[in-house]
Amino acid sequence: METGFWQPLLLSFKLAASATALLLVLGTPLAYWLALGKCRLRPLFHAVVSLPLVLPPTVLGFYLLVALGPASPLGRWIESALGARLVFTFGGLVVGSVLYSLPFMVYPMEMALAALPPSLAEAACILGKSRWETFWRVQLPNIRPAVLTGMALSFAHTMGEFGLVLMIGGAIPGQTRVASIAVFNEVEAMNYGAANRYALVLLAVTFPVLAALELCRRRSAQAL
Amino acid sequence: MIDARLQKKLHGSEGDIALDVELKLERGRITTLLGRSGAGKTTMLRMLAGLTRPDAGRIAADGAVWFDSRKGIETSPQSRRVGLVFQDFNLFPNMTVEGNLRFALRPDQDPRIVAELLETTGLSRLAARHPAALSGGQKQRAALARALVPEPRLLLLDEPLSALDEEARVELQEELLRLHERRGFTALLVSHDRAEITKMSTAVLTLRDGRLLP
Repeated sequence: METGFWQPLLLSFKLAASATALLLVLGTPLAYWLALGKCRLRPLFHAVVSLPLVLPPTVLGFYLLVALGPASPLGRWIESALGARLVFTFGGLVVGSVLYSLPFMVYPMEMALAALPPSLAEAACILGKSRWETFWRVQLPNIRPAVLTGMALSFAHTMGEFGLVLMIGGAIPGQTRVASIAVFNEVEAMNYGAANRYALVLLAVTFPVLAALELCRRRSAQAL
Repeated sequence: MIDARLQKKLHGSEGDIALDVELKLERGRITTLLGRSGAGKTTMLRMLAGLTRPDAGRIAADGAVWFDSRKGIETSPQSRRVGLVFQDFNLFPNMTVEGNLRFALRPDQDPRIVAELLETTGLSRLAARHPAALSGGQKQRAALARALVPEPRLLLLDEPLSALDEEARVELQEELLRLHERRGFTALLVSHDRAEITKMSTAVLTLRDGRLLP
């Protein structure tokens, strides 16, 4: 198989891995706040996080294209601050993917945190531990299965992205042409053999990744 | 000595109760708190621990003021150095028995107290086990040992033995008395069991209609 064949696949993995890592960093405090915060506006933010579940990916992609494009104030500000444009770049795909997969990372963690008995955090508090130490050493380790579920769902969801990626990234080879778009391009060109090869490689690689994550999730659930 | 005046409006299933209590806990004594369910016993313990804020009142421990509604003083639960043993153990499931005890160490504390307490409570051979692999009695022994690690100024025991069977309960009562004899902590024990109260405590307080009866 030629080198060009692997490019969209590698790009898909790079995108899924980057988005999952970023979601872990951003989604964890957001899930904590949504589950245990005191702010009355939480239902509103909960609804905002849910939007990617109901909106067609193309709608989200369209708004991101408009918001991050050079014609919008936000797009111009990002361009001057970062010195780089987000639309039709890999960076833009990561931003879009993080927003698109946000509920898949946040919800499992939020539900698990809300289901933890509050007395666990109280016990740590009585033992003199700060809120941060309680979260890091008690709450987070006890929702490990939910963290792994969130990671698996976010990774799988990003791997399968199509509409959003096409809207804000186009199909620039080596930059934004991920595997799902490559499959579509090959089918469009009636090149079913190449489309099948992409699909098979995707299946062969994503399945063990998800199976390994599920195995880890089960093991950590049993350990608790 | 713990000296407290606590006022709090409680909304229970049997209507509202205006809790207004004054209590003095002698240093080194186990005092028992009696009262019907819903009388406000757990709320009293939570207020002493700093987990629930009284509407008004004052709490002082050996001269140090933990709470004073008039002066706007409220010490955080972290700074009060209170031990609390819950009815449902509340051990951290992700940690071993030893891990639970180590977690309770104060930053400046000699860690040898962990091994010492594991030994005293007969948990040394179970130190590497996670709470899920322990019986109810073992879990409560571990919870008691963990609460004692930071050498609390006040140990609050919220019906710690009520979820255990008779045999485990008697065993734990003796364990608690043995630990008390060795370490001489001040404790407030919530209990419903008359025999337990007679065996465990030197002073009994009864909570009725929001007031404490001696």
